This record gives sequence, C-alpha cells and structure tokens, in this order.
Amino acid sequence: MRTAALVVLAVLLVLVCWPDAQGTAPASPLTLVTREGRRAIATTVLNTQEFVGLDDLAALFQLSVREDALAGGVTVTYKGRTVVASPDQPMASVNGRVVALPAPIARAGRRLLVPLDFIPRAIAPIYDAPIELRRASRLLIVGNVRVPRVAIRFDAAGPPTRLTLDVVPPLMVNTGYEASRVLVRIEADALDVATVPPGGGLIDQIRADQTTIAIGLSPRAGTPRIATTTTNESTRVVVEVPLAASQETAAPSPAPPPPTPPAPAAEAPPALRTAKLQTMVVDAGHGGDDNGVRGAKGTLEKQITLDAARRLKTLVESRLGVRVVMTRDDDRAVSLDERDAIANNSKADLFLSLHANASPSAAVKGAEVYYLRLDRAGEDARRNTAATELILPVVGGAMRPIDIIPWDLAQAPHVDASSRFASMLEEELEKHVPAGPRPLQQAPMRVLSGANMPAALVEMVYLSNSEQEQRVKSDDFQGGIVQALYDAVVRFKSSLDASTAP
Amino acid sequence: MNRKRWLQVGGIVVVFAVAVWMASTILEHVVSPAPAPSATPAPATPAASVPHIIATLYYGTADGQGLAAIKREVPLGDGPREQGRQILESELESAPPPYVSLIPQGTTLRAFYITDRGDAFVDLSTEVSTQHPGGSTNELLTVYAIVNAVTANLTSVERVQILIDGKQADTLAGHVDLRRPFERDTVLVRETKSTE
Repeated sequence: MRTAALVVLAVLLVLVCWPDAQGTAPASPLTLVTREGRRAIATTVLNTQEFVGLDDLAALFQLSVREDALAGGVTVTYKGRTVVASPDQPMASVNGRVVALPAPIARAGRRLLVPLDFIPRAIAPIYDAPIELRRASRLLIVGNVRVPRVAIRFDAAGPPTRLTLDVVPPLMVNTGYEASRVLVRIEADALDVATVPPGGGLIDQIRADQTTIAIGLSPRAGTPRIATTTTNESTRVVVEVPLAASQETAAPSPAPPPPTPPAPAAEAPPALRTAKLQTMVVDAGHGGDDNGVRGAKGTLEKQITLDAARRLKTLVESRLGVRVVMTRDDDRAVSLDERDAIANNSKADLFLSLHANASPSAAVKGAEVYYLRLDRAGEDARRNTAATELILPVVGGAMRPIDIIPWDLAQAPHVDASSRFASMLEEELEKHVPAGPRPLQQAPMRVLSGANMPAALVEMVYLSNSEQEQRVKSDDFQGGIVQALYDAVVRFKSSLDASTAP
Repeated sequence: MNRKRWLQVGGIVVVFAVAVWMASTILEHVVSPAPAPSATPAPATPAASVPHIIATLYYGTADGQGLAAIKREVPLGDGPREQGRQILESELESAPPPYVSLIPQGTTLRAFYITDRGDAFVDLSTEVSTQHPGGSTNELLTVYAIVNAVTANLTSVERVQILIDGKQADTLAGHVDLRRPFERDTVLVRETKSTE
C-alpha cells in the first residue's frame, strides 16, 4: 500500500516539474489571410504571452512535428529544413541559427503550444512563402497577398464633411458614387483596417469589407467630391461631402440644426475653433553656438534658415497682412522649448520651422516637409482632447473652451491640420525646387510637439550635397523656396477662411 | 521493522526520481546550445569558438536614402539584457561596405537595461550628440538604427529610450524628440540583406 502511495507521489513530483499549463483566450482571435481567403486561428494567453497550438500550425503549413520524449525537445521539419525548440529555453534553433522567443514552448494537456512569435521567427525562415504577423491588427498573412493598411479619419465634421483614407503601400484605387454611397475599391486581396470610425457630419456610416470601403451619406448630403492622390508612400483618397443645395436654402427655416453626434465632433480638428490665420510664427532653426549642419564649403544651416525666415516674414507681412513672429532674428541660441513658448504665447495660428538637411550620402538632395508623428501617449491625448476640454470664463464675460493637455503634447489635437499644411508645403515646394527622396514625412520632431497650433518643419535643401550648398546662396534659389513657402501659407489661410465662412 | 524498510525503499524512489529529473534538466541545458554554433557557417571573425547568433543590424544604404537591415553574426549573450548589449556593441562598430555608419564614431555604449514593462534603455556616450552631423534625415536614421537593432532582435522589448551620458536627452542634434521611448519603425528600411 505504502509503496504504491510513494510511487504515485514520486510520479506526481515528476509531473509537477513537467511544464504544463492552462491558458485563457485572447480578446480577439488571430485571422489568417491567404489567397484562399481568411479564417480565424485559436490562440491562448498564458502568463501574458500569447500562444498558438503547434498542431494547428503543422496542419496549416504542412510541417511535420517530432517530439523527443527523453530530452523534452520538439523538432519541426518543413522540406528538409528544421526548427528545434525546447520547453526550458525561450529560444529555438532555426536551421542551426538560434533565434530568441518571448517564451519557451509550453504544454497544455497533450498539445504543444508555441508563442505567437514562433511563426515569424522560427517558421517564416524555413517556409517557402512569405509569412507576416501583424500584431496590432491581429493578422497572419501567408503568401504573396496584398493586404494594405488603411487608415480612415475624419478631418472635419463640416459641412462640408471631410474624410481621408490612407492606403499604405500605394495601390490602385477605384472610387465611385451611387445611391448615396461612396465606394472605395482597393486593388488588394484583403484590407488591414485598424479602426472604422462611426459616422459623423454628413456621413452616416462607414463599412469595410474584403476590399471595399463603403461610405454611406446622410440624406442631407450633396454630391461628394472624391480626390485620389498617390505618392511613393501611400495612396490617399479624400472624400468631401457638401450639404445638398436644397438643404442650404432650406436651412434657416427648420428649427435648430440637427445635433451632431458627439463622436465625430471630437474628431473635428480643434484648429477650426481658432480657424483664422492672423499670426504665424516663423522659426529659423538652430543659431548661436548651435550651427546646425555645416556644408563641405562651410555654409552654416543657422545662417540659411535665418535668411529664409527674414525673407518669408517680409513677404507674408507685406502681401498677406498676417503678423509674423520670429523665434530669433539674429544669430543666437534659442532652446526648442523657448521656440514653442514664443509661438504659444503669441497665440499664433500657424508655426513653420525652417531647417537645412544632411544625409550620409552626398548624392541626396531636395526639399522635405515634416509634421509631427504621435506616439501612443500622443494619440491618447489627441483622442481625449474633447474629454479634457473645460469651458472657462474669459475677460469680458465670454466663455472659452480651454484644452487641458500636457505641454509636450500640445501639438496632438492639431496633427490633422498640420498634415494638411505639410501637404500644401510639399506641393508648393515641388513647383520651385527639387523634391527630396521622402518629400512628405511624419516624424517625432521635438520642436513641433510643443506647438499648440498647426505646425510643420521644412528641410529646404541638403547642405551635404555640394550642388545644393552652392545654389542655396543664390538669390534665385532662395527666392524660389520662400515663394513656395509663402504660396503654401496663402493656401492654408484660404482653407481656414473657407471652413469658417457661413 | 517492516515499516522502516518500506519507508527506506520509498525514500530511495523519491530521491531517484528527483535525481533523474535534475540530470535530464542539466543535460538539456548543456546539450541544447551545442547544435547552433556547429551548424552555423564559420564566422568571418577569428573567435570561431564563441557561440554566435544571427542578428539584424541597421546601417545607412549606400545611396543615403534609408536604412539597410543586414544580418550579421553577434556573440551569443546570456539572456536578453546581455544579448542586447552585444547587439548594440556590434551596431556601434563601423558599417560593412557598401553601407554607411549612422552612429558617430567614438560613441560607446555606457549601459543597456530592460524594465519589466519591456522598455529598453540605451545609454550612449556624449559623442552620439556632439559628433552628430545634424539634419533631420541623419538624425532619424541614427535614432531608428538604434531602436530597430534592439527591437528587431529582442522580442521582449517593446520600446526603446535613448539616454545620453546617463541622462534623458532632448534630441541628438536639434530635431528628433528623445524624451519619450520609440517603438520599432521600419518605414525607413530600404534594403534587407543577409551578409556572406
């Protein structure tokens, strides 16, 4: 009797030491996308790591799995190529090369589980077709399948209501308008749509299926304007929905305008609140002991930026009647925070930072425009602007909405407007000077993040390119750049005027 | 008497079972790293006996327009932190031709650590800022070469914060915001190649 009990105890002891686990299901399943279509793959969460059954993967990728009972390891074979993994170490040997895994393989009953990263890290290298795991959108893409990322966002609740769809990488897009719906068909096998916003303004609802995005318009909507542009980076579709002509004339009689749903109201850029260009800040990059880039012939970035800023100020003030505040008007050091403070304290409606660029290769040349890319904290701040807005009394008895937002994220609510301004800058610059390899970019630029207004940064030339360093001193070239910057400011001003017009 | 014997036998069984388990575990640790180095092609470096991993490092493309993701041998580190240190040490070395180095020469790694939340801190010497050639393009390439080298190879790392001389820094040369951690970004990657 006792022997039996002790043997059972010993066996239990051994079993306890054997890795075994019970997990929970994740919030949403993983979706497999292949040429044949899409289907869900079950996954399990164990100790914050997500696992998938090795048997499921074996069936999916035609792998053969052999377990070495003695050593506890597993050998996965595909067309003579092998992966060896063990339950003790968070790594696998893939065709003899060690790759790190977030967790070792685990056991749930009779099944073997591998961390999700096992797919791109261990299986992808031995597999014939490309395998891509997109964690954010929970897609596992196998084979040569075109699955572009599609970002949909409201630029303005309007009217006119403006919606932008960005398709990355650029692909053929067909657009059409029928039966009060705008259809955007993307030449792809499937779409990776992060979030489909609810309707807003004159758009009742948005639906995404396999390769088409359907935008349902409100009965009050007129004929929409649809514009498609393609750059090296993306294909952009902008849908602008005006109020129907009959609605505009009838507008005064029906009692209060229908209440706009709260969600799209939050999406409307707060820039529309100020919505007039009265003051702009021109920021001449670097200065003082900070020379910025130094060209091979000794041209200093801080001088080029100051020259351009002065010319732009003269042009904007004399021709456009907009007040221009400079962050520096001589050769002195101004910290990045001070530059933002000058802009915020002068209640500027637009911020333009001027710089000159450098690349590791002397061949690179051309103008490039940047606007701020938000990280997760910034995106949260952008979404929550409406929630943190306070309506406070101001001098004279009026009330004014005040956004409570961290200083270093002041730019967050203006990113959409900044993106429009940046596109205008890029388009105008291209008419006058060569465009750089990435003419329009989104990047975490320090000087833009604290500006509480639409803001962009222009790298006017590459001083690391000798031809551009030579040309940048010519009156002709500088004049071209400044004219382009001015034209973009004019366009941005008229877009603000148009959106606030009654 | 009888009872004592049974207890003895039982004790031996338990001890034996534990010993078998321990032996198998130890063997596993001793045996499993072996196949990796033996199966890898002989590294170009003389230290052939040191086990290596194949890591993805990032350099400037020859045309200066983006990042090249290059597979190179990096000494095997014990755990993610040590492995990260090895990867960064290799990343700081000059680029193999035809690629271009993006991190100023003379920059050294002061420290590397990873928090439980998956934030890695890369602490670099001041040369990374004082010797930096400047320009938004150069600065973005430098930052993402470092960030991608860490995140592409260490799956436990979600975000990377760059420190200069042990302290939080504003920027390298006046453009890219270093105050908050970065996530992996492959937008700048133009080329992917395995060397040799």
